[in-house]
Amino acid sequence: MRVMAQVAMVMNLDKCIGCHTCSVTCKQTWTNRPGTEYVYFNNVETKPGTGYPRRYSDQEQWKGGWTLDRKGRLQLKSGSRLKRLLSIFYNPDLPSIDDYGDPWTYDYQTLIQAPPGTLTPSAHSVSALTGRDMKVTWGSNWDDDLAGGPDHTAADPDLAGLGDHVKLAYEQAFMFYLPRICEHCLNPSCVASCPSGAMYKREEDGIVLVDQDRCRGWRFCVSGCPYKKVYFNHRTGKAEKCTLCFPRIEAGQPTICSETCVGRLRYLGLVLYDADKVLSAAATPDERDLYRAQLSVLLDPGDPEVAAEAARQGIPADWLEAARRSPAYALIARHRVALPFHPEYRTLPMVWYIPPLSPVADTVAAATPDGRAPEDQVFAAIEALRIPAEYLASLFTAGDPAPVRRVLRTLTAVRTLMRAGQLGLDVPDGLAESAGATEADLEDLYRLLAVAKYDERYVIPPAHAEDAGRLAAQHEQLFCSQPGGVDSFHPPGGRQRFRDDDGRLHLDLSPRSGS
Amino acid sequence: MNGASGWQILLWVALPYLALGVFVVGHVWRWRYDQFGWTSRSTQLQERRLLKWGSPVFHYGTFAAIGGHVIGVLIPESWTRAIGIPEDVYRWFSAGAGTLAAAAIIVGVVILAGRRLLVPRVRATTSPVDYVALILLLVIIVTGIVPTLFVNLLGHGYDYRVSVAPWFRGLFSGSPSVTAIATAPVVYQVHAACAWLIWAVWPFSRLVHAWSAPLWYLWRPYIVYRRRVAARPAEPGTSGRRWRRIGVPY
Repeated sequence: MRVMAQVAMVMNLDKCIGCHTCSVTCKQTWTNRPGTEYVYFNNVETKPGTGYPRRYSDQEQWKGGWTLDRKGRLQLKSGSRLKRLLSIFYNPDLPSIDDYGDPWTYDYQTLIQAPPGTLTPSAHSVSALTGRDMKVTWGSNWDDDLAGGPDHTAADPDLAGLGDHVKLAYEQAFMFYLPRICEHCLNPSCVASCPSGAMYKREEDGIVLVDQDRCRGWRFCVSGCPYKKVYFNHRTGKAEKCTLCFPRIEAGQPTICSETCVGRLRYLGLVLYDADKVLSAAATPDERDLYRAQLSVLLDPGDPEVAAEAARQGIPADWLEAARRSPAYALIARHRVALPFHPEYRTLPMVWYIPPLSPVADTVAAATPDGRAPEDQVFAAIEALRIPAEYLASLFTAGDPAPVRRVLRTLTAVRTLMRAGQLGLDVPDGLAESAGATEADLEDLYRLLAVAKYDERYVIPPAHAEDAGRLAAQHEQLFCSQPGGVDSFHPPGGRQRFRDDDGRLHLDLSPRSGS
Repeated sequence: MNGASGWQILLWVALPYLALGVFVVGHVWRWRYDQFGWTSRSTQLQERRLLKWGSPVFHYGTFAAIGGHVIGVLIPESWTRAIGIPEDVYRWFSAGAGTLAAAAIIVGVVILAGRRLLVPRVRATTSPVDYVALILLLVIIVTGIVPTLFVNLLGHGYDYRVSVAPWFRGLFSGSPSVTAIATAPVVYQVHAACAWLIWAVWPFSRLVHAWSAPLWYLWRPYIVYRRRVAARPAEPGTSGRRWRRIGVPY
């Protein structure tokens, strides 16, 4: 057992109102630079919809993620390493900027500098790539809120194969929002695709990053990532990706997208996992078993054996404590209401989603529960929800609707229980059991989903950076030292300035001894 | 070196050594201070239709040409003769393989250079040093292909292995025979001089990506893990190129 810690995120889709605040604050923080105009480390998509870049989730087209070869071994979907090296001069699986949308701005100067007159000046759209006028034909969120109707929505790869279950007719349409960041996978295919070895997963917290000094712009990470969350900076010629706001995480703060989420739908916390099991879990033969396989990789931080092993392998005590309090672990593994996004890509993604309950489509069926068993009265609606469970399953469980139905039942049971409590109604018999839980579980889940405050939603242990100051001090000593000048130990009273153990410079104010 | 004029010394002795010096020092400098700028600078994101054909054809053609130069310039004629390859056979091999490489490079460079100059999205990414490197490359390619096609393949042949090659190897043994290269046809002289120039431009251009050919990828483990270590702050003024602020040109 090799215990590793991972910062995981859970998003409760029931609460997302599609306001894009996360995208805006993320963009302001990370990607408001030339070359990253089209880059969204965080974006919010309307589902069903084509996503960003267009149809990114169709891996038959883009060849992202992993697959199993004929012998059942894990292999990158884009083929062997040699094949990638031979196609280094032209990557056949790379989206073009037009799949994202040519980034544009407007020529606002014409508005400001227009002479007084009767004609209203208009600002041209200008391409950020060329600086020339352009016609805007596509961009992120072009099909937001089902804009474009069946024309765009029908192109959603996740709708493929659902057939008659999904009606795109207006009166039967459904939609929900899907905020997306990098999944910081346990088995990241972008890292595996990088020929330079510039991409890496951090051992301490599992954050996947690009070393900007080692990236050579071979761009296989972009095509290797099935979620298309690695972007190519067209000015620097280097790959950039969601950093999970690692400087904030290291300081014990939530990511900027979580911090500013108005719906408070994001949860951040540690999960512990067994790194030795990752490969076999990712190589699970039937892709419908991948969700369960992924759960089996996670370790219970409350298990004394796991805790002892983690401590032995150098995971600090405060991190273990944070793992025990982790809302992410609670939602993913204890209550099992959070599901991984596209587990069939075999990357073991670590941003999990609680699927949305939605209005009941078949109002007649929901209104006449007569003749059904009590628990059926509660759950009859699940089958009549407007968002088909099959569609959610194609997003979160590789097409297996059973786990999705179970989660929706649990969520409905929480609502029923709380409703009964608030209105003084009788709790239906066997309510909790029918959701595979106890009433205490449901109440705990209610607290987590509805009440949890800031420090319950974000349980992030700060990084252990005790050595950082020492390194900086050593650095300054190297470059600032001069005869009789700065030194790293307490001088016996001879020198005017000295460096204390905390790495800071002090003036020696003690009276000089001797001459 | 007796009998060589000042110009000849400048061109065939000083220039090569100067270029080599700039090449070495320039790379050390670039590696220390500008790894952030060290990239292949791909423009596939902006334009893929032309790149699909131009780039692989050009690169694979270039590999063939580099291989040909190793055989023709680095390996002395006496060695190939010693293993029983007469000059005639060598010449026709050189002409045949060289023509194939030349055709690939011509096709590739026409597509790539045309794309760079005529596709606005690609042209916008082109920096001044790219233009310098591109012009030098074009001159080198043309002066390399003309003798291959019109002297070796169609003409009566010219044995550069007794003039250009000894001079080139002489540069590394410390006794370059200036007269040998000075008496070679002009097209070879232009080719050689521009080739040295491009070595001097190399460390400052995107050509550095050639040294980053990621062969190691074939053997390394798929997933790379790294420990979080506190980074040493950059020495003041030496952090090199970084992300630009909005409004700053390339």
